Amino acid sequence: MSDHAATDSKSYLTTFNVIAGIIVIFGLIATIMRFTGGLGAVTNLSDYNPWGIWIGFDLLCGVALAAGGYVTSAACYIFGMKRFHSAVRPAILTGFLGYSLVFLALLYDVGRPFRLVLAYPFVVQQGTSSLLFEVGLCVALYLNVLFLEFCPAALEWLGIRKLRDILVKITMVLTIFGVVLSTLHQSSLGALYLIAPAKLHPLWYSQYIPVYFFVSSVIAGLSMVLFESTLAHKYFHHKMDETHLGESDGLTMGFGKAAAIVLAGYFTIKVIGIAADNNWHHLATGWGAWYLVELIGFIALPCFLFAMGVRDGNLKLIRYTAAWTVLGIIVNRLNVSVIAFNYHLPAADRYFPHFWEIVTSVFIVTVGILAYRFIVNNMPVLYEHPEYKEEH
Amino acid sequence: MEQVFYTLQDFMVHTKAVVYVLMGLWLIAVIGFWRFLTSRDDD
Amino acid sequence: MSISRRKFLGWIGAAGLATTVGCRAEAAGKHFTGYPGSGGVLHDATLCIGCRVCEAACNEVNNLPEPEKPFKDQAVLENRRRTDAKAYTIVNKYEAGRDAGKPLFRKNQCNHCLEPACASACFVEAFTKTPSGAVVYDPSVCVGCRYCMIACPFEIPAYEYDNATTPVVQKCTMCHPRLQKGKLPGCVEKCPTESLAYGERKDLIRIARERIRKHPERYVDHIYGEHEMGGTSWLYLSGVPFTQVGLREDLGVTPAPQLTKGALGAVPMVVGLWPVFLTGVWAMSKRKEKIASEEQQDAVTAAIELANGEAAEKLAAAMEKAEKDKETAIEKEVKKAVEEAEKAWEEKAASAGEEPDAGAQDEEEES
Repeated sequence: MSDHAATDSKSYLTTFNVIAGIIVIFGLIATIMRFTGGLGAVTNLSDYNPWGIWIGFDLLCGVALAAGGYVTSAACYIFGMKRFHSAVRPAILTGFLGYSLVFLALLYDVGRPFRLVLAYPFVVQQGTSSLLFEVGLCVALYLNVLFLEFCPAALEWLGIRKLRDILVKITMVLTIFGVVLSTLHQSSLGALYLIAPAKLHPLWYSQYIPVYFFVSSVIAGLSMVLFESTLAHKYFHHKMDETHLGESDGLTMGFGKAAAIVLAGYFTIKVIGIAADNNWHHLATGWGAWYLVELIGFIALPCFLFAMGVRDGNLKLIRYTAAWTVLGIIVNRLNVSVIAFNYHLPAADRYFPHFWEIVTSVFIVTVGILAYRFIVNNMPVLYEHPEYKEEH
Repeated sequence: MEQVFYTLQDFMVHTKAVVYVLMGLWLIAVIGFWRFLTSRDDD
Repeated sequence: MSISRRKFLGWIGAAGLATTVGCRAEAAGKHFTGYPGSGGVLHDATLCIGCRVCEAACNEVNNLPEPEKPFKDQAVLENRRRTDAKAYTIVNKYEAGRDAGKPLFRKNQCNHCLEPACASACFVEAFTKTPSGAVVYDPSVCVGCRYCMIACPFEIPAYEYDNATTPVVQKCTMCHPRLQKGKLPGCVEKCPTESLAYGERKDLIRIARERIRKHPERYVDHIYGEHEMGGTSWLYLSGVPFTQVGLREDLGVTPAPQLTKGALGAVPMVVGLWPVFLTGVWAMSKRKEKIASEEQQDAVTAAIELANGEAAEKLAAAMEKAEKDKETAIEKEVKKAVEEAEKAWEEKAASAGEEPDAGAQDEEEES
């Protein structure tokens, strides 16, 4: 009896669980500090730097990297690439978790989170001239769309067939609605910075920034699906069914090809942006060097590597490139929101994240991973539910 | 009666509010219209 | 060649510019000039002596908390300061300009833009440009997203980061409540040197122009705030370039709402046309799929028919073969029986010796 208990507790004490547990404990401490001491107690935010990594990483990167949901479902349902069907559910799940965590992070970041929960901007007074209003509206609606898109998996798990069938029937409407909303808020997140031409470095500030954000969200979505599937194959291989495993290599090739061509277009419009604002001379400065790191190292290079991987059928190269591209998207979003923002201020007034800000961000990501693990282990995400297999 | 706007900001708030309502109506209407358009298709 | 090309490009550029400007005017429907008769403050920095009396007055009329160091302490001027949640206005000291050694002072506070960036950015419309000229803030709707602080080109709004439950944005209100009662803004009322003057913005611009005209040696020929960010209600005069007294001259003259207008204008176009485009793509891919599946169906049917035909032939062949086999087997059996019968008959004949032919004939008929 005691022996049994010992093995049980041992099976839960994996390295992953211990680390996750420590992070969660730290995260809870940060949470208590945030909601008792205010933003000042846990952040380095200041009157010069009202937005830190909770916006730059949790919101901007979170939303961009959750783009896999709309990219994959659009490819499968709208563009008719049925061979990617097994990738839709995991992508929707990541999208749904991503957006949920964005909302969670915003509850930490805004001064009056309860008013956000009560939807003040939509219910009480509508600031329709604000791009943030547009972002908020689209993110709120899209979170609901993703919830409905994900529901069938949960309902299959719970065995509620009727409701599940209704939701499956409106897949098309949800997908199109999701693409519309994603186009809008992905681009509008970039457009948020249009109002601050004096604060964002000219190399990153552009009239095209909404387009950059939208196009790079497609790249982020494609790469994130590949990156996530690489990790899932490593840790949840046993959960995958024949269809999923069978479609996986084709998916890697297809998405790698798509990422390569979108990156090529993205690279081109970025260069056109420099020309449109005549920003060439900035390239010779320190900021220019950093910009070129982003442009060459995180856009041109992965574009080339994806193409190589696709030509040679080198799945491993495509997967590594996807991870590199994800990193590139994070670099871009942090550049716009934190690194190149307030570039004009003296070093003393610049922002660097507080220890507890980083802890909170890591905590939120950990919560996401734990939720992903729970759902993948229980619900039909990486495999098709045997009772619903025949339908597509 | 025509409303007088003294600032671009007020003009934007007003016009965008109207546009948001129209967008909502369109998104609902387009579903209905598509069904109307395709309800006699044989498949 | 090069001249004509340059000319050509010039025309293209001019056409482009004209289109853009034309579009702007068209789209807006009219030119917005702000509230008629709205007020403002003219701050003549050449008259400022850095006494900080305005700071004290502001603190008093707005019931702000007591500062760490008293307002009489001139030592605080040694550090560059900014507005914060406890100080709506501050005076900074600048060592610059023609009379180096003689310090310059400039008061800083909300400039009350004609087209406020904070108001344009706020998603609950907490900021309002009032007809009096003041930009006021309503804390009862504020969610605390701090986008106003991102948007403000003058870096004025401040936040109560240490307030855990009910933090608000803080900034100068141009003493809007006092203006309503017919009083002057606190800082203007207490300024001992007439460095601050409240009045109708139009008049203030006229006064400022007059001062520059009368004393060109004293002022730079620029009224800061007349056009910056589409114009501000707070106006500045200075003896040195404004960048030297901490006012950015690279902000441009585009009003804040104009900066986001294009992006906001694209939103309804996406909403209007994206569903059309996506439904079209979907319908096309569905049709393609249908045709493909029909073709597949046809192919399958054909294959089955073909297979059926082949099977029938095979069957027929097999039947034929079976028939033949049967016949051969019968013949064989007959032959065997005949041989046996002959043998038996011969034996019989050998033993009996009579009528061998008739017996053989009989045996054959029977089998």
